[in-house]
Amino acid sequence: MKTVALLFCLLSCAPGILGAQEKNNTDERFKALEERISALEAQIQALKAAQTASLAAPAAAQPVPAPPSPLPDASAQTAERVAVPPPASSQPQAATPAQAPQTVTATPALPGESAGQLPVYGGASALAKALNPDVSVIGDFLGSAGRNPVRPVPALEMHESEVGLQAIVDPYARADFFLSFGEEGVNLEEGFITFTALPAGLVAKVGKMRSAFGKVNTLHNHVLPWTDRPLVTENLVGGEDGIDDAGLSVTRILPAPKDIFLEGTAQVFRGDSADVFKSSRNSDVSLVGHLRGYRDLTESTNVDLGLSYARGHNDLGSAFRTQLYGMDATVRWKPLRRAIYHSFLGRTELIWSQREQVGNVQQAFGFYTSGDYQVARRWFVGGRYDRSDQARNAALTDSGFSAILTYWPSEFSQVRGQYRFARYADNREGNELRFQFQFSLGAHGAHPF
Amino acid sequence: MTRRRSPRLAVSFSLTALLLSILSPASALSASKLKVVTATTDMAALAEEVGGDRIDVESIARGYQDPHFVEAKPSFLLKLRKADLLIVVGLQLEIGWLPPLIAQSGNSRIQVGAPGYLDASQFAEILEIPTGIVTRAMGDVHPLGNPHYWLDPENGRRIAQGIQTKLAEMRPNDAGYFAQNFQSFSQRLTTAEKTWDEEMKPFRGRKVVSYHRSWPNFAKRFGLDVVDYVEPRPGIPPTPSHTLELIVMMRRENVKVIMVEPYFDLKTPNRIASQTGAQVVVMLPSVGGEKEVTDYFKLFDYDIALLTKAFRAAGQ
Repeated sequence: MKTVALLFCLLSCAPGILGAQEKNNTDERFKALEERISALEAQIQALKAAQTASLAAPAAAQPVPAPPSPLPDASAQTAERVAVPPPASSQPQAATPAQAPQTVTATPALPGESAGQLPVYGGASALAKALNPDVSVIGDFLGSAGRNPVRPVPALEMHESEVGLQAIVDPYARADFFLSFGEEGVNLEEGFITFTALPAGLVAKVGKMRSAFGKVNTLHNHVLPWTDRPLVTENLVGGEDGIDDAGLSVTRILPAPKDIFLEGTAQVFRGDSADVFKSSRNSDVSLVGHLRGYRDLTESTNVDLGLSYARGHNDLGSAFRTQLYGMDATVRWKPLRRAIYHSFLGRTELIWSQREQVGNVQQAFGFYTSGDYQVARRWFVGGRYDRSDQARNAALTDSGFSAILTYWPSEFSQVRGQYRFARYADNREGNELRFQFQFSLGAHGAHPF
Repeated sequence: MTRRRSPRLAVSFSLTALLLSILSPASALSASKLKVVTATTDMAALAEEVGGDRIDVESIARGYQDPHFVEAKPSFLLKLRKADLLIVVGLQLEIGWLPPLIAQSGNSRIQVGAPGYLDASQFAEILEIPTGIVTRAMGDVHPLGNPHYWLDPENGRRIAQGIQTKLAEMRPNDAGYFAQNFQSFSQRLTTAEKTWDEEMKPFRGRKVVSYHRSWPNFAKRFGLDVVDYVEPRPGIPPTPSHTLELIVMMRRENVKVIMVEPYFDLKTPNRIASQTGAQVVVMLPSVGGEKEVTDYFKLFDYDIALLTKAFRAAGQ
């Protein structure tokens, strides 16, 4: 800055005094250069001091809450490692000119060897990126052949592109955003902060989230073992969007006998969820409660049971309530020595809906039962049986079944075919062959088990 | 600072101890034990060497399990929520399962960045850090380097030292005990290393093939030359064309050993072996991979015994 100012001064004064005071001019230039050199010296001293300080920092101190997964924070973690006693000296690969997939070694300094640090080109921007959230995009492409008179779906559809943004917020919390780009627009599927450092083992979430009602309601499209959602979800729990609302959630692991995992969740939402709940005034909040019990039977087999309850007001107005009761049971099997080749997941969910309407209360019941077996590392077969009354008229019952075949070219893409038969209440039938392509980019954080 | 802290610590300790002694008098002593949970058995084995009987160690993954694909079971939350210290391998090895467990644990002590979170990779020599562009076209690459770094005894020593520092920080009163344990471990390791080096000496420079890229640190330490992999790219299952190339290459280069991790299918390695006359060796990358491999020393004893036997059987 000084130099610039000086140069500016010199230039603006120059025309008048140029010829007469050439010697003076040279003197001033020397002076300017001297000043610049001393400024640079000071800077170098400061940098050296900072480096020594960081080298002296204790190994374990990891003040930067580095996000757990991502590619972007690679440089941050490696940079930390450089500042640690057995220093890994090579690390700026992120910034070195791109070449073929070469690899290098982070050589820890041998005793007596000074930790030579390679220059980090564009280091400032690399560090800035280190704090960016993990970004991921998951594409969900659906195709359908055949006929469904009740819930027709397009022949070809880019059903959803889910953008995930996930990072640690501060030492006390992390945040997750999932934006769902459908064919008609963008929807905030979830966007919430999770407070991970609360006392008494509490974990709280605030924001918009999929509620903890049962299993399917908590799952994003791309982790479902099907191309669709079960009939009971469509009829009683709001379909694809489900109970997904703005609110607060508190979860805690509860005391239980040894080896049994018991967890309780209580949630309060605004009261607007698809066609299940509708809030007509501020006090029309909806409540969701979930109790989960889990136990390892052996190291490869486990059972997971859940009880759920939800209540809110429905689209008929504040005077009309809808209550939902749910039970879910899951059995998983995965032999640890061959975990990547074989597994089985069997699941059923039973849901009762009690919907107050003008002059009556509709008591509907529905369930699904499904099983998925991993035949080989990349292949899965599955089946599902569906049956559900309709929420608005429980006398009407839909039923159906599906057979599913899934192939994973890798962990990051998936091709799936599903034959789906449905017999709707008015005796109309749906016969469809649905197929799905899913593909994911970036570091998508793992979903809860 | 320390003056202020220690009475509070002492008070909380005595309160905990009191509470526990009321609940069950027998467990009063174990109340002061530091609860350590590790992502893998190797970290548990190293922590045990240093922590001795002053800590309780449990590993989430089993030694015979692929550490990339562990399920985030809720039963692990029961361990994590009580942990004082969580030791992870890092380098994104546990990316698929550990982050949600940490977030759901409700335990502020072990959150990323908290004093009870220790990433052991910071102490070790890391190999195969990709330079240049990293894309998933290369398979399931680890952008931070190869996470199987504990398979070099020298790294084992460094990790143990790192754990010692951390334990001493968390339990200053036991610092001397941990330091002593580390010294003893380090000395025993030096002795063992001499034996291992001696055993591997005749086979230095030998070419081998491995299933997955689990062995760069092991190979570097004991002078093996891993020329190719059964997987065409990390995490991508074997393909017929790559297998064929591999067979041709192994015949040409006279490669006689295929190292396979215990969690991979042996079909392809066996087929390659039958066509090349090579030996398939199910090497353990982790402590606990077999029942008798109960500590860090036995891991190398086991692997080196198998490997040297295979080299001899292959007539090399």
